[in-house]
Amino acid sequence: MDTVTLIAFTSIVAAPTCMVLGSIVPALGETKTITQALNSIAQQPDEAGTLGRTLFIGLAMLESIAIYCFVIAIILIFANPFWNHVIAVAPK
Amino acid sequence: MHLTPDHMVLWSYGFVHLNATIVYTWIVMALLTIFSLLVTRHLTAPDLPRSRWRNAAEAIVEAIRAQVSDVCGKGADVFLPFIGTLFLFIATANVLDIAPAWHAPTGSLSTTAALAISVGVAVPLFGVQRKGIAEYFKDYLKPTAVMLPLHLLSETSRNLALALRLFGNMMSEGMILAVLFSIAPLFFPILMQMLGLVTGMIQAYIFAILATVYIAAAVRRSEEES
Repeated sequence: MDTVTLIAFTSIVAAPTCMVLGSIVPALGETKTITQALNSIAQQPDEAGTLGRTLFIGLAMLESIAIYCFVIAIILIFANPFWNHVIAVAPK
Repeated sequence: MHLTPDHMVLWSYGFVHLNATIVYTWIVMALLTIFSLLVTRHLTAPDLPRSRWRNAAEAIVEAIRAQVSDVCGKGADVFLPFIGTLFLFIATANVLDIAPAWHAPTGSLSTTAALAISVGVAVPLFGVQRKGIAEYFKDYLKPTAVMLPLHLLSETSRNLALALRLFGNMMSEGMILAVLFSIAPLFFPILMQMLGLVTGMIQAYIFAILATVYIAAAVRRSEEES
């Protein structure tokens, strides 16, 4: 396998892998967060405002991990720097 | 397919390129400014009959103020203009996504980075304003001076996350819409657009509330000790 094929292959495999792992793990974490928050709201409905706000902040933090993975996957597919470099230096 | 509205050059003259991000940002700014000017034009008159536009503006401002003072406690009105502007700008840009030919300026990393940088500058400014320069920067050396790099790292990474979160969400929404238009153009894009409205409002809320939390953290440290 020459370098161009290797880089294309690695990029194609890496983008979905990044997306899969990066969506499963934050999803599990967010599930735990939401379950706990709903339990807390059910126990103390008076505190729903504070709990909801904290829930949103926590979800945003967790969500950003998935977003990082998504951005990396998008870069690998649409604006791959390694691929551009290889294309630039490849013999015509 | 355009990844971000940065790449869509609408008008260019010589070396000046006017891309879609700038133009749509101007449109959002113009809309917000004209709306507030029209609503608050006669607001100084004492016995003004309540109009529905004035009620709408008051409801929006009161809602934002309630959220901000929930997080910051008393003395939160100082932060209200900054956070309210952030929220209104992002919310308007995202909600206008349902307008035809609209490309949300928040889907460009330049816009979100600018917003995140302004938050990153505002946090120390508000902290210094409440506490004074020496006292504020002493917080970076707590509990020991060894923690200084970690404090700096956390401030940098949270601002980076602020920019990337908004950008990633808005860009992914545009990407999904573009993909759906190419494979199922009849019905599904509408559903995704409705979902996009919810996402856009939630992202605006999250951006504003995170900015509030960061400012509140910078200010609260100073109040607990005094």
